[in-house]
Parts: sequence; structure tokens; C-alpha cells
Amino acid sequence: MSILINKTSRVVTQGITGKTGEFHTKYCVEYALGTECFVAGVTPGKGGQQVEGIPVYDTVQEAKDNTGANVSVIYVPPRFAAAAIDEAVTAGMEVVICITEGVPVKDMIITRYKMRDRNTILVGPNCPGVITPDEIKIGIMPGYIHKKGPIGVVSRSGTLTYEVVDQLTQLGLGQSTCIGIGGDPVNGVKHLDVMRMFNEDPDTEGVVMVGEIGGTDEEECAAWVKRHMSKPVVGFIAGVTAPPGKRMGHAGAIISGGKGTAAEKIEALEDAGIRVTRNPADIGKLMREALS
Amino acid sequence: MKVHEYQGKEILRSYGVATPQGSACFSVDEAVAAAEALGGELWVVKAQIHAGGRGKGGGVRLARSLDEVRQHAADILGMTLVTHQTGPEGKVVKRLLVEEGADIEREFYIGMVVDRSAQRVVVMASSEGGTEIEEVAAKTPEKIHKAMVDPVAGLTVDQAEDLASKIGLPDAAVDRAAGLLLGLYKVYWETDASLAEINPLILTTDNKVVALDAKLNFDDNALFRHPETKELRDLDEEDPNEIEASKYGLSYIALDGDIGCLVNGAGLAMATMDIIKLYGAEPANFLDVGGGATTEQVTEAFVIMMRNPNLKAILVNIFGGIMRCDVIAEGLVNAAREVHLSVPLVVRLEGTNVDRGREIIANSGIEITSATTMADAAEKVVAAARGHK
Repeated sequence: MSILINKTSRVVTQGITGKTGEFHTKYCVEYALGTECFVAGVTPGKGGQQVEGIPVYDTVQEAKDNTGANVSVIYVPPRFAAAAIDEAVTAGMEVVICITEGVPVKDMIITRYKMRDRNTILVGPNCPGVITPDEIKIGIMPGYIHKKGPIGVVSRSGTLTYEVVDQLTQLGLGQSTCIGIGGDPVNGVKHLDVMRMFNEDPDTEGVVMVGEIGGTDEEECAAWVKRHMSKPVVGFIAGVTAPPGKRMGHAGAIISGGKGTAAEKIEALEDAGIRVTRNPADIGKLMREALS
Repeated sequence: MKVHEYQGKEILRSYGVATPQGSACFSVDEAVAAAEALGGELWVVKAQIHAGGRGKGGGVRLARSLDEVRQHAADILGMTLVTHQTGPEGKVVKRLLVEEGADIEREFYIGMVVDRSAQRVVVMASSEGGTEIEEVAAKTPEKIHKAMVDPVAGLTVDQAEDLASKIGLPDAAVDRAAGLLLGLYKVYWETDASLAEINPLILTTDNKVVALDAKLNFDDNALFRHPETKELRDLDEEDPNEIEASKYGLSYIALDGDIGCLVNGAGLAMATMDIIKLYGAEPANFLDVGGGATTEQVTEAFVIMMRNPNLKAILVNIFGGIMRCDVIAEGLVNAAREVHLSVPLVVRLEGTNVDRGREIIANSGIEITSATTMADAAEKVVAAARGHK
């Protein structure tokens, strides 16, 4: 088992004919069961073409009708990304993973509003994607650092997630599913949503949550963990040294109005019984300790 | 992106939001001429910098004669204004706003921002105008009233009137205040703002409601559809190194420490800064090279970091994913050759082809300390900085 995606997922890639879409599709297809899982691509006006042997359609609906796709991954440029999400939602995709970075916040507010009565789960935007090791990789993460196993990973960043996964794998701790939820202020699933899914997943035995400065997602997740989580959770919050008022790369990573500091988040996590390390090199070790 | 108060007020006026009359001035003579043109007996001379707390720092002064306008303009223009938002080095004032004086009965606060949890715009209003709103939020949160805006309906008249009443505006002014709130929301939504703040919003003795200050920030990701906003950018207000870095796709922020870091990815970059601190030193900067880390980018990153006179060592921490470590190592070696590095360099590479990457660095003939884990890297760079005179 795993969460969100597995070997039965059938993926349509929106923006498959673009440079980024084509590049990453190649690696996704090569990973584990990718050849079976990646069944369609979409680029308006380019229906009928093929990329990496995958048929391209003009619309997500057409791709779904012809291939049975139920998951979409989006690489389209930022100004078209929200519309691409809307299209995937309208076509009834179960999961939509938006990799695109730089989507205007207003577009995401409208898109999230339109999604409020829908069952589609959105991951991202501005995220590395989701991987269920040895089954399927949807996104831009390096597949080979992952190993199948019992640890769930949820994170707002990209390379920092790879760092954590690499530490886990080196210690022999494989992963059930790893999810990069993205660094934007308005996005899809949050730490809390993913934590719930991991709690219900029989194959996940422990969770690593990686947060960063800005917003209150980590605090909200911690409050839920305190009351409901039945599995060990370890945490790391990036940005202890980040100054207030400065956007640290990610649009969402900013301490504003005195809120969203790393210190506040660490306190909330610890208060919820989550083991937190200040040392990013020790996250894997801490997970191992938490399991024993 | 931030804009000046006078630019924000021009936008507000174009949406029918009441502000005092005034104009931007770049010299003392312009300031006097502006005051003369405005007429009246009371003027305000306001320093225009991208930071709050200008009043406390001496950057906002009342003038009761044209001579006083001249005096204040001469004092403020060119002064280094230090506020709680500028940092200790302050900001040199290059622009002024000269405005008609206002007849203030009471001061209020209104602000708009995205509420991340609700995923909607939240409109905030408070009777506690003129003070730091963060302080009000911390000490008397019950004095801040909020309304969540439905993105399709927009801020409603009912919501606006309700907020205006709750903060204690007299009945005679509620309509006007509600109108101003609706206008400000329109500005916020249509211009893709990320922050709109009026502090203070004032009630005059004749029950008018006026935006005495204006702070507007805009969503950088939406500037492509607002060329008119883009033109308001004032490069003098930004760190020249940050501007230059952004041209190369680097996200750079100067900090107070002495260990430079060059990292791919924002989260990992912050974690790298944190681990440097954990090992007893302070990071000199945040620097995210993004996914690629090309020779050109790394060279530029080294050049920018080397401009910092406090720099004692550099730590490069790259997690090569799809981008291979051998390619990154070649880029690093080329960059280090091109830029004369006068401080020790510690490199930690991880990811695809890492052995080959480390080999390239070892055989480069350049003095580079290789590290394996993040902890190893932090330990080595802190030691190198301590050993460096």
C-alpha cells in the first residue's frame, strides 16, 4: 500500500510536449512501472503526436476517454497552470500534481474555490511531485535515492526532501510514499491532509515531516497529530536563521507580521509529541530512533 | 514587489479611494513648489522609502510655512533613515511626498492579505490605527476584526459596512468607510496585490474617511500581466547584489554572518544556513541556484559572495538529482578557476554520479575541501572560517 498514487495509477502529463514536460516524462517512464503507468499526454493543438511513445491529446477529457487516465501531472508555464488544473479537475482526475513554479496567488485562490465541491486531490503547485518507491514516480525527484519501505515523507521543499529521503535510504529505512506539497502560499494538500492519509495507510509505520518558515500549516498539522496520530512522527523546520520580512526563495517562505517563525513551529511540533531535530543531518537517525 | 507610498496613493486615487492631495518630489525646490501649488497652511513632508516606521525615524514632518517645507525637505532628502524595518544601516532618502495636512479626528487601521488556511483574501480592520498592527494582534487580538472574501462575489457591501461599524466609526461615516474598503479591495484584487495596508485610515472632523498612508505590495508571479505596476519598481530600494543575482536566476539574500553558502533549492538552502549556525557560526547569505547550477550561475554566485568583506569561507551544498554531480562538479571547478577565491571553499555534493563528481574536484588542482554529509560540511566550513584570517 501507499498513499495517493501506486502501480495502478494511470497518468496523463499536461504540457508533455514542452521542454520540461518531455524531459521529466522520460525519467518517470523509465522508473519502475512507469511504462505501464504513463499513458497519455496533453498539449492543446498537438493531439495526435507522440512523446516517449506516449500518445498526445488536445484535452484531458480526451486523454481520459482514450486511456483511462485518473491522475494528472502538470508542467505547463505558470500563466496557464491554474487553467490546466481546472481542466484536470473538470475532467474528473482523482489526483492532480502541479509541478509548475510561479503561479499567481490570485489564480490559485480562484482555482481552489472552484475545487471546493470536487473530490479531486491537488498536490502543489511549485512542488517536486509524489513518488511511491518501486511502483511509480510522478514528478522531478531523482528516483534512485528512494527505496520501498514503511516511512512516509511529507515536505514543502524539493532538494531538502531528497536529502531526507537519501538519509533514510542510507539507514535502510525505505519509504511508503514521499510527497512534496510545494512552497506556495495557496496550494492543494497541506501537511495535515497528508498526515491523515499516512495515519490510515497500513504500510506506513512512521512519518517524517519537513516544514519551513511561513504560514501556519505545520502548527495545524501538529495540533491534529497531538489528538489523532497513532504513528511516530519526526520533524524538521527549515529557516531558524531566516530573517523576518524576506522571502526565502519559495513564495510561501516568509516570516510576516511576526508569524510563521521556525521557533513557533518547532514549539508547536514538540508540544504535539513530534520529535524535532535542529540538525538537518540527523533527520534519518531520529526516525530510526523513533521507530525503535 | 514593493512600491512607494506616493505610488500606492496614485493607484488608490485611480480607484476612487480618498487620499490627501500631494505629489512626489525629488529636490527641495520641487518640494516647495509642490506645497505652494497645494496651497493651505499645513503640509506634511514624508520620506519615501520601502520601509515602515518612517515617522519614528524622523522621516515624516509637519510644516506650517513654505520655509518650513524647505527646511524639512532639505533635512530629509539625502538623510539615512533608520527604522525597525531598514536594519541598522538604514536607507538613504531620495524621494519625498509633499501632502496637504490632514485634520485628524481619529485613526484606524485597515489591511488586506491572503489568509493561507482559508485560501481567501482576508480584510482586517481595527480601531487601533497609527500603531504597529503586529503589536495590536499580539496584545489585543479582539480589536482586530476580520472578513473572509468570497473570490467570486468579492467583498460585499454588508461585509464592508459591518467592519466599519465594528471598529467604531460614527454612523455618519460608515457609508464612506465602507466605500473606501470596497475600493481598496478592488485595487487589491485587480492589481494582483499581495498586501494592501492603510495605517492610519483617518476620520476627519467633518466625518470624511481618508487613506493617510498606503502600503501596497504586489505578487511577483503576476507582474507579467501588470506592466504598469512593473514600471513602478524602484531599483534604488533594492540590494544591488540581489538584483544582479536575480538576472542569473539566483535567489540571493545578504545576511550578517561570515560563511557564504551556495545551495540548490530554497528549503535545502535554509537548512544549510541553519546547520552552519548549529555548528557555531553565522551564514553570510541565503543563495539558491535553482535546479541547474550551471558554470555561469556558480561563477556569478561566487562573484557576488566575494564582494562581502566579512566573508571567511564558502560552503557549496548541492543535492544533484536529475542534474548529475559530475556536471555540477565541472561547473564548480570552472567557476572557482574563473573567480579568484580568497577564502576556503568546502564542497558537499550528493546525488547521481557523486563519486565521479568528487573525483573531478579532487583532481582539479584547486584547493577545495570535499565533504560527505551536511554535518561534515558544516563542521569543515566552520573550522575553515575560524582558521582563515
